[in-house]
Amino acid sequence: MANQKERVVVVGGGLAGLAAAMRLAEAETPVDLISMVPVKRSHSVCAQGGINSVNAATRELGDSEWLHLDDTVYGGDFLQHQPPVKEMCDWGPRIIDLMDRLGVTFNRTPEGYRDQRRFGGTLYKRTAFAGATTGQQLIYALDEQCRRWEADGLIKKFEYWEFLGPILDDNGVCRGAVAQDMFSMEVRAFPAGAVIMAHGGCGLIFGRSTMSMICTGGAAGRAYKAGVKYGNGEFIQVHPTAIPGTDKLRLMSESARGEGGRVWVPRKPQDDRDPRSIPDSERFYFLEERYPKYGNLVPRDIATREIFDVCVNMKLSIEANRLCVYLDLTHLSSETHRKLEGILEIYEKFQATDPRVQPMKIFPGVHYSMGGLWCDFEKNETTGGLLSGSPRNHQTNVPGLFAIGEADYQYHGGNRLGANSLLSCIFTGMYVAPSVANYMASTKGDASDQPSSLFAGAVVKHQADCDELIGRQGDENPYTLHEELGNSMTRNVTVVRDNAQIEETLAKIDEIEQRYATIALTDKGSWTNQNLSFARALGDMILLARVIAEGALKRDECRGAHYKPAFQIKPPDAEDAAGMRRQATEWCEAFAAKNEKWLKSTIAEHTPEGPKFSYEAVDTSLIPPRPRTYGLKGAEMIEEVWKQRTASGKGAPDSGVSKQPVASA
Amino acid sequence: MSKQVIIAVKRQDTQSTGSRWEKFSVAYEPGLNMTTVLQRIAASPVTVDGKPSTPVAFDACCLEEVCGACTMRVNGRVRQACTALVDNLLSERPDQITLEPMTKFPVVRDLVVNRSGMFESLKRVRAWITADEYSDRGSGPRISQEAQEESYPLTTCMTCGCCVESCPQFNDGSSFIGPAAISQAVLFNEHPIGRFEANKRMEVIAGDGGIADCGNAQNCLKVCPKNIPLTRSLAKAGRAATTYAIGRLFRS
Repeated sequence: MANQKERVVVVGGGLAGLAAAMRLAEAETPVDLISMVPVKRSHSVCAQGGINSVNAATRELGDSEWLHLDDTVYGGDFLQHQPPVKEMCDWGPRIIDLMDRLGVTFNRTPEGYRDQRRFGGTLYKRTAFAGATTGQQLIYALDEQCRRWEADGLIKKFEYWEFLGPILDDNGVCRGAVAQDMFSMEVRAFPAGAVIMAHGGCGLIFGRSTMSMICTGGAAGRAYKAGVKYGNGEFIQVHPTAIPGTDKLRLMSESARGEGGRVWVPRKPQDDRDPRSIPDSERFYFLEERYPKYGNLVPRDIATREIFDVCVNMKLSIEANRLCVYLDLTHLSSETHRKLEGILEIYEKFQATDPRVQPMKIFPGVHYSMGGLWCDFEKNETTGGLLSGSPRNHQTNVPGLFAIGEADYQYHGGNRLGANSLLSCIFTGMYVAPSVANYMASTKGDASDQPSSLFAGAVVKHQADCDELIGRQGDENPYTLHEELGNSMTRNVTVVRDNAQIEETLAKIDEIEQRYATIALTDKGSWTNQNLSFARALGDMILLARVIAEGALKRDECRGAHYKPAFQIKPPDAEDAAGMRRQATEWCEAFAAKNEKWLKSTIAEHTPEGPKFSYEAVDTSLIPPRPRTYGLKGAEMIEEVWKQRTASGKGAPDSGVSKQPVASA
Repeated sequence: MSKQVIIAVKRQDTQSTGSRWEKFSVAYEPGLNMTTVLQRIAASPVTVDGKPSTPVAFDACCLEEVCGACTMRVNGRVRQACTALVDNLLSERPDQITLEPMTKFPVVRDLVVNRSGMFESLKRVRAWITADEYSDRGSGPRISQEAQEESYPLTTCMTCGCCVESCPQFNDGSSFIGPAAISQAVLFNEHPIGRFEANKRMEVIAGDGGIADCGNAQNCLKVCPKNIPLTRSLAKAGRAATTYAIGRLFRS
């Protein structure tokens, strides 16, 4: 079986990439792991709050994997295909158990069990955590396992290597990847039976975000350019609470609210008193007032819009020249402060004030890409989840090229719930391994059967691209262009979207693309040329910025993180019961019509003329879509009308009782 | 002209060339940190004498001191550049800020050094749990709150290199594996499952380049950005090595 010895290339060494590498190595499949940084420094380290799964304590309160699925798709505004999400939620408890076995220092209860906290978008305490550095702890455990397999020779790491593109044979099948040594600048081909893209998100398209400097979307852009479809690009999560900075918006974890942190502004605009001296009656706890059920733990897209609304529309920002609100932890016990130590230290280090005694100042920041490389799945009709080991799972439209983690477009729909990303990353990494193995076993021929010219030709092409970029003659500065791109994207394509403004950004992208053709590199050398790497990534950012902005322009509705007030269904405002019922009925009509038109994944395909868009039906076979009514006036009436409507068979395309399989554990 | 900050950078073009100093000037703004300063220089690499130069090569990633990438010597002191705030540095030394690569690792270019040796040391001390396999075997061992609180700080080690940079015993003439790796060995030796392989780790800790090479200078503790109790780990390793050596005497 020649196929069994074939190597797999994994691009990216964050949680998803490492989980995939470790599982492949366990099955004795050799792996080449390509990463721009030593894998231990991947962006997963920045995840703070925790990882979700159903657990013994929540089960006692009636929780189940099914409810975790329900919260996830409801929070995501039903835009995700449900079978993959179901599989992920079913795997949740097993994944936490495994990470526990691998030595992750989860916080403990007095009896020695794992402790859990509550996160946004759920009423259950599903989130296991290790201090306030859960992502760091999880990735270190996987890094350690991969080091073990590296010592055994099954994983070969290529750290400080940058992915330049996949290698496709004449039939369009992926046969490996090309990458560049970021020190020596050597360009090399990595023949492989399959390539797994696990490169993470693309926050740098927005200039400043909560993401790390490597999250440029460079690898995604290169896969997209090579023919991989891009799904739901316009769905970008803006985290409600980040510490504004000139270089980066540093995340202030949702766990700060999960542990009891309260968001407020003084009722008097720009009240200059010491916040601690402002009495409760003069504070506006707007999330608690507007969302009594979830309080400070509403889903992220909602918290973000409310903070935005309070600062921009109500002009209640704490400061006159800068938008921000208070996130107040001063009332919490010293024991709780200790649980949050990691994130409190970050605030202290960068703001030079102690958040234990002084409320923090925060504002939303671009945080997560729900969209990403399109990939397939195969449903298991018995369980409603996925068919284990199916080569279709996580395979993109390019045969042999797979996508996992934040790089893919599944799992989070229109909005990601807090502490679901660590789960989706580890889950997809674990789950893709047998699919990749089965794909390789069932594919005719392997990389070694390919003519050597295929690989040599790919190297020559990419080397020529590098030379061309270095040789460009002009006076445009790549860093300036990046700043302009980021500013325009942040201003017009984040929290509140308006078609005229998005068009303005698309025009700006046209302009930046033209200017990009005449950029000048200040480093034209061939040793550790970081200027080249950045300039190249900028080209990919421009490509994906267009996918994001144009996708947002075309989607005339509100869904999850994509909020276009001009197309919002007018919420009921009647004061009398009959009027309310009539308006709720109209609301439900409009909602059904909107879903008919827009409950679809956006698919972008690269063409030289720009992205070609199409729309893909969403698999909502498990939980019928229903109105997301957090904080809406008349929510109860809408829910009642919607129930009656679906009972009479007039609901969403897949209306009816939820098809929970009996066998589901 | 707005207030300018003068940055002196020790530069080196390749692994084998000599080093030189170059001075740059960056516009001051409140809250400025050293990674931003390096990005500003990259955007417009002109020295204070008006001479066009190249962007300074540097490592950086998370910019919030959890990845360890941007470790370098700032004003002569090893630390992460992202949390090195200009305001604080200027109060230390108002005329200029100096940036140099770490000295205990081979320089790749400018401020980029090759720290792969640290990861090799983690391999040597087998800093991992040897899990049977990754299938469903239920949860890990129960662990007391006290034990979790003791081990958690050790698990925050970013392998940044500050401890070995400051350690007089870690140098070209010695094979000392350094505080970070020893602390990880202690972490896994104290884990209820990790301890099953304690003897394999002790072979390294009690062997050449192990804990016996620690000179107890305690610099590591002072420079660790995560305040990891490294000297406590070193002391534990020392005691364990003694016990292990005596045990080996009886076993042989």
